[in-house]
Amino acid sequence: MNHNIEDLPRLANAQELEALKNRVLPRLAIRKNPQAQPYNDITHHIMICCDTGCASSGAKDIVEAFQKELTSRNMEKSVEVVVIGCHGFCEMGPLLVVYPDDFYYIRLRPDDVSDIIDETIINHRPVPKLLYHDRETLRPIVRYNEIGFYAKQNRILLANCGHINPEDVFEYIAYDGYKALAKALSQKDDTAGLLEEVKKSGLRGRGGGGFPTGRKWELCRQAPGDTKYIICNADEGDPGAFMDRSLMEGDPHRLLEGMIIGGLIIGAQEGYIYVRAEYPTAVKRLTNALAQAEAMGFLGENILGTDFSFHIHIKEGAGAFVCGEETALMRSIEGQRGMPTARPPFPAISGLWGQPTNNNNVETWANVPGIILRGGDWFASFGTEKSKGTKVFALTGKIRNTGLAEVSMGMTMREIIYDIGGGVQNNKKFKAVQIGGPSGGCLPESMIDRPVDYDSLIEAGAMMGSGGLVVVDEDTCMVALAQFFLTFTRDESCGKCTPCREGTTRMLNILTNITKGKGKAGDIELLEELARNIKLSALCGLGQTSPNPILSTLTHFRDEYKAHIYEKRCPAHHCVDLIAYWIDPDRCVGCGACKKKCPVQAIDGSPKKPHAIDVSRCVKCGACFGACRKNQAIFKK
Amino acid sequence: MSSISAPTGALDLTKLEPIFETYKKLARGSLIPVLQAAQEEYGYLPTTVLETIAERTSAPISQIYGVVTFYSQFRLLPRGRHVIRACQGTACHVRSSSMILETLKSSLGVTPGGTTTDQQFTLETVACLGACSLAPVMMVDNEAHGRLRPDKILEILDKYRRK
Repeated sequence: MNHNIEDLPRLANAQELEALKNRVLPRLAIRKNPQAQPYNDITHHIMICCDTGCASSGAKDIVEAFQKELTSRNMEKSVEVVVIGCHGFCEMGPLLVVYPDDFYYIRLRPDDVSDIIDETIINHRPVPKLLYHDRETLRPIVRYNEIGFYAKQNRILLANCGHINPEDVFEYIAYDGYKALAKALSQKDDTAGLLEEVKKSGLRGRGGGGFPTGRKWELCRQAPGDTKYIICNADEGDPGAFMDRSLMEGDPHRLLEGMIIGGLIIGAQEGYIYVRAEYPTAVKRLTNALAQAEAMGFLGENILGTDFSFHIHIKEGAGAFVCGEETALMRSIEGQRGMPTARPPFPAISGLWGQPTNNNNVETWANVPGIILRGGDWFASFGTEKSKGTKVFALTGKIRNTGLAEVSMGMTMREIIYDIGGGVQNNKKFKAVQIGGPSGGCLPESMIDRPVDYDSLIEAGAMMGSGGLVVVDEDTCMVALAQFFLTFTRDESCGKCTPCREGTTRMLNILTNITKGKGKAGDIELLEELARNIKLSALCGLGQTSPNPILSTLTHFRDEYKAHIYEKRCPAHHCVDLIAYWIDPDRCVGCGACKKKCPVQAIDGSPKKPHAIDVSRCVKCGACFGACRKNQAIFKK
Repeated sequence: MSSISAPTGALDLTKLEPIFETYKKLARGSLIPVLQAAQEEYGYLPTTVLETIAERTSAPISQIYGVVTFYSQFRLLPRGRHVIRACQGTACHVRSSSMILETLKSSLGVTPGGTTTDQQFTLETVACLGACSLAPVMMVDNEAHGRLRPDKILEILDKYRRK
């Protein structure tokens, strides 16, 4: 259901919030209880994920197909099509859930729509071909929480993602939304007690550093000054991480609620959400949520009838990774070049426009409502001794089940990759998992049985970062992976300090030479020396951590560096300057399959005669290699 | 600013007025939103537009030029009819996005940042589109194309050429 902003009721107190919740619940009852009475004659809810991932695999066509088909059958009044946010299992998109039957359908195409209506909507039977099939038993699985991908997860933060319409504030309220805010406001004369609750939870910053959130808030709260700001860092720039995007797209009110409570505890009057412009859907959903929250009195003047007032503004980033660094981010909000400044002064004392400022990322803020509503002890009951709660990981790379997974801290990397992620794609051999983005490191096979938390990862030479996990297999060259990260940090270096500006360029030159077969003795030692110096002397976190991908791959995969330098060989057959494709004329039957696949017309030959590759035009994309498999006449060396 | 060579022609600068109006009340920190809105309007940021913004915000043009060139979103030159953004994120990298970029470069005959001579396509790279589950990915205009293979590129480009 979509609301006109003008029609939303302004709530004057916590009782009105509770009453509204009780009015909305019957509408959503069939999602929780299959026997529930239909509300307003709506017998079914079809929940379709239209998050960025699913949308690009065609989810919007599915929504349209349903609307068309239901209208043509005169069923549009009894079946509600609900657009939801991320369900996490992006590999299987487009996907949907049908209530009250609770059937989970994956990899949909528009022509599947009439089958779903005939079988499930009319006859309450599943459509077997659209169900998820267990990889080992090949048995179809009807309900999503029985699928291995979900079974081991602990979705306390993502509880609403994929279960509510993110554009409908009423659905959020029905699932206890803004109840934590009402609770916090009832104790607003004892904000120290609320802060204590956050400290007790043991929540640590989910953006990478892992600084205890309660302590960070305390610093800003105690800082002298009447004007204070809070910031939500939604500039999720780590390539390979998309949990913040999914949260903003799937449950935007949770983020707002967390920030409002944060503002109350810290004593701030205004908050900023700094979100990447590359996330248009997230910006749209947040803007909509903000307008709804203002209209209903969760934001703005006199929140829920109290004397507490708080405002939130959305600022779109303009494309600069370094703006994820908090001092750079604040300069960007101020409208300047986003360059970091030296600390101290710390933002808690002098931040945005010189005022005390507290900055946390999306996942951190979104954890706050749960902590206030259910207590710090509840949150601390999950996780390890020093890392409490859950963490959302983005599983990507050469893994079977790409998507988002929320697990309790302390699960081993092996469980995350194999039990949830389904292991490595195409039965290839696992080589490593890269964690923490361009500032992080990689863990080889020998290290994936350790429990994952902030401290164990640092010990292993990696870091939590924002939680992007990129699995790489035997075909990935670790030198090229390090080169990839360095290209990224070199491009994104703001250029203010010399160690980062010149140092990353220098390290990248050396790495590029190595991947081109021009590496020489002494390169490895020079890389290590540069890395040490940059770590010690760069101005901000981006520069200081930029050597990590090199140091970590050098620790675990030094042999690959040596093979490139001394044998001019890329063991993973990845580096294009060290490989070549050629056609064995004795084996080639001249079928032309490779010629057809070649995107740059580098293959020549007449039908039924042996073909040949023109090496001067070949871009070594490997398309011909894949096309020829049957005859095995094309070789890679 | 003589290094910027953009097509000269009569630009309708009055289109900037509503933008100034919208951001007038947000005087603090509104330079980036103003530039974003102006680029949305003109497709890029022509010199005359930057000069007008400098005049109206009483900021030196050097400062505005500094901001424009700092952020990758801002463009000083017009783009082709279709904009291709090839994702270079980690997930795409390990699923061979470099091959996708090579294929795009050789079939379009341009390097990232360049526009084809027929003004059909501008090729750009982007650090991460956040659609990692579909890696390797590229965006053409606002449509994402996932699970790419080099041989699929020609097909996709043809589709847009005909559009």
